Amino acid sequence: MAATRERKVPALVDKPMDFCPGCGHGIVSRLIMEALEELDQLDNIIFPIGVGCSSNLGAGLECDRLHCCHGRAGAVATGMKRVSPDTLVVSYQGDGDAYNIGIAETFNAAYRNENITVIVINNTNFGMTGGQMSLTTMEGQKTSTSIYGRDCSVTGYPIRFPEIVAREFPGAAYAARGTVTNPANINKLKGYIKNALQAQLNHEGYSIVEVLSPCPINWGLTPVKAMERIEKELIPYYPIGEFKKRGEEQK
Amino acid sequence: MAEMMKGNEAIAEAAVRAGARFYAGYPITPSSEIMEYLSWRMAEVGGSFVQAESELAGINMVIGASACGVRALTASSGPGISLKQEGISTLCDEGLPAVVITQVRYGNGLGTLFTAQCDYNRETRGGGQGDYRCIVLCPSSVQEFVDLMLPAYELSEKYRIVVVMMGEGTLGQMMEPVTLPDFVETKRTPWALTGKYDYKKIGIFERDSRKEAVELREKYAAIKENEQRWFDEGVEDADYVFVAYGVPGRATLGAIRELRAEGEKVGLIRPITAWPFPEKAFAKINPACKGVITVEENATGQLVDDAALYIKKTHKDRNIPAYALTYVYNTPPIRSIKADYHRIKNGEVKEVY
Repeated sequence: MAATRERKVPALVDKPMDFCPGCGHGIVSRLIMEALEELDQLDNIIFPIGVGCSSNLGAGLECDRLHCCHGRAGAVATGMKRVSPDTLVVSYQGDGDAYNIGIAETFNAAYRNENITVIVINNTNFGMTGGQMSLTTMEGQKTSTSIYGRDCSVTGYPIRFPEIVAREFPGAAYAARGTVTNPANINKLKGYIKNALQAQLNHEGYSIVEVLSPCPINWGLTPVKAMERIEKELIPYYPIGEFKKRGEEQK
Repeated sequence: MAEMMKGNEAIAEAAVRAGARFYAGYPITPSSEIMEYLSWRMAEVGGSFVQAESELAGINMVIGASACGVRALTASSGPGISLKQEGISTLCDEGLPAVVITQVRYGNGLGTLFTAQCDYNRETRGGGQGDYRCIVLCPSSVQEFVDLMLPAYELSEKYRIVVVMMGEGTLGQMMEPVTLPDFVETKRTPWALTGKYDYKKIGIFERDSRKEAVELREKYAAIKENEQRWFDEGVEDADYVFVAYGVPGRATLGAIRELRAEGEKVGLIRPITAWPFPEKAFAKINPACKGVITVEENATGQLVDDAALYIKKTHKDRNIPAYALTYVYNTPPIRSIKADYHRIKNGEVKEVY
């Protein structure tokens, strides 16, 4: 039997954040803060923060953070890390920020194997601006800019970036995808985040954790149905797991 | 002792000696030698260099390094500086210092590789979104460029603002005798992000734009009052006062000295700060002056707007005409400036204002 744990607010969070009911961001930001606490890094962390729903992270944190131009967190993180090599630099971005507008910076930071950690909240749309199609929108998914469902023949297919990192960038330290649909997956995700942070602490190189996260408001689903959608529709296309483990040789 | 150095290399070394310890940028003619030099030089002094994937990424890397309290630099030209504008606006918005070098080349769009002064409006008006200015320094020689690098960083940190070093292709590409300054010791800025949250940065959700607007107006007023720099000669008794900066400013100095020797009462104001514009220099101009004449390396005349504005402000009771001699690109020869002066004097050139 697991002991009853006291519910406490992570030390780095000082205010409630303005995420929608049923959103996954809150769970992920809590996991990051818990991981930092467990790794004894509360006084050694800078967050370059993306534009979109991810921006709300900055509203609740009591630690060093900088809101970046839309999509440029990969570049800002690079500048920060190059001049602060022993400080943890963790970019926190959504799929629109990291992949749509920011693909050049995201891709090139991984390509150069910057010793940073990238957390991407993938909710398959632009949450903040009203649920427009993004690079991770599923084929056939209806969004405010794909009202008949995403037509991949003219918009391209949903991108699986952690897999690209694992496959194409030999130096990268760690690439994983997790989700927040149930306690088991949440625990697994926390392990991924800790692995990514530990890789950076050990100067092993680039680490990325993508998180499949529900967006009930823009998906037009209840929070519970949104979680079910992740399990049924997203995980079959976006598998969860570690694609590049720490210390693993390139396949 | 002075030694012959290529402009861009001397400028890059001067930046290092002024404490720059981070460079990120993207190659573009005529500024590339700055990044080539720093690609190996930064490592020698314990700094960092990143060849960025784009100008956008370059300026955003500068944002990251500056946010962590390190003197950061990027350099580019024409279209590259356009791509950096969002980042420059962000630096100004966040109160982060940085120095941006532009070795201006001629043209709209992709433009050309000719040395020019076509980007005066962009640099002096705050070229990106929002409501901000950068301090703009416009040296006229390699030595002056080198000597302004340390003041550039000091100004950028004093006012927490971006300083644009507005050069020209010529200043990067030519060789001149240069005496390099000594190295300065720097430490991280007090507002640096260290990971320890010892500087309580105000988050974007707690900011008050109306309160900041008051501070911004006060800051810009202080810069205008305290930081105007210029060179002038012969303006107190001049019938005509030339206004020119950069290398054309040098050519114009040669022209006014020859014209003076020929009995013409002409003077020169050479702005060293394009923003703040050297209004105080205009206050020295002969009250009976017959006209101000800008010498510019562009097609449409940009400096003339400021020259006209400030002669009007400092000589309110008189409607002194402002003329523009626009040479499109390349430094105008002294003989052209002199010939065009006589055309103005003879009434053959229509005033702009």
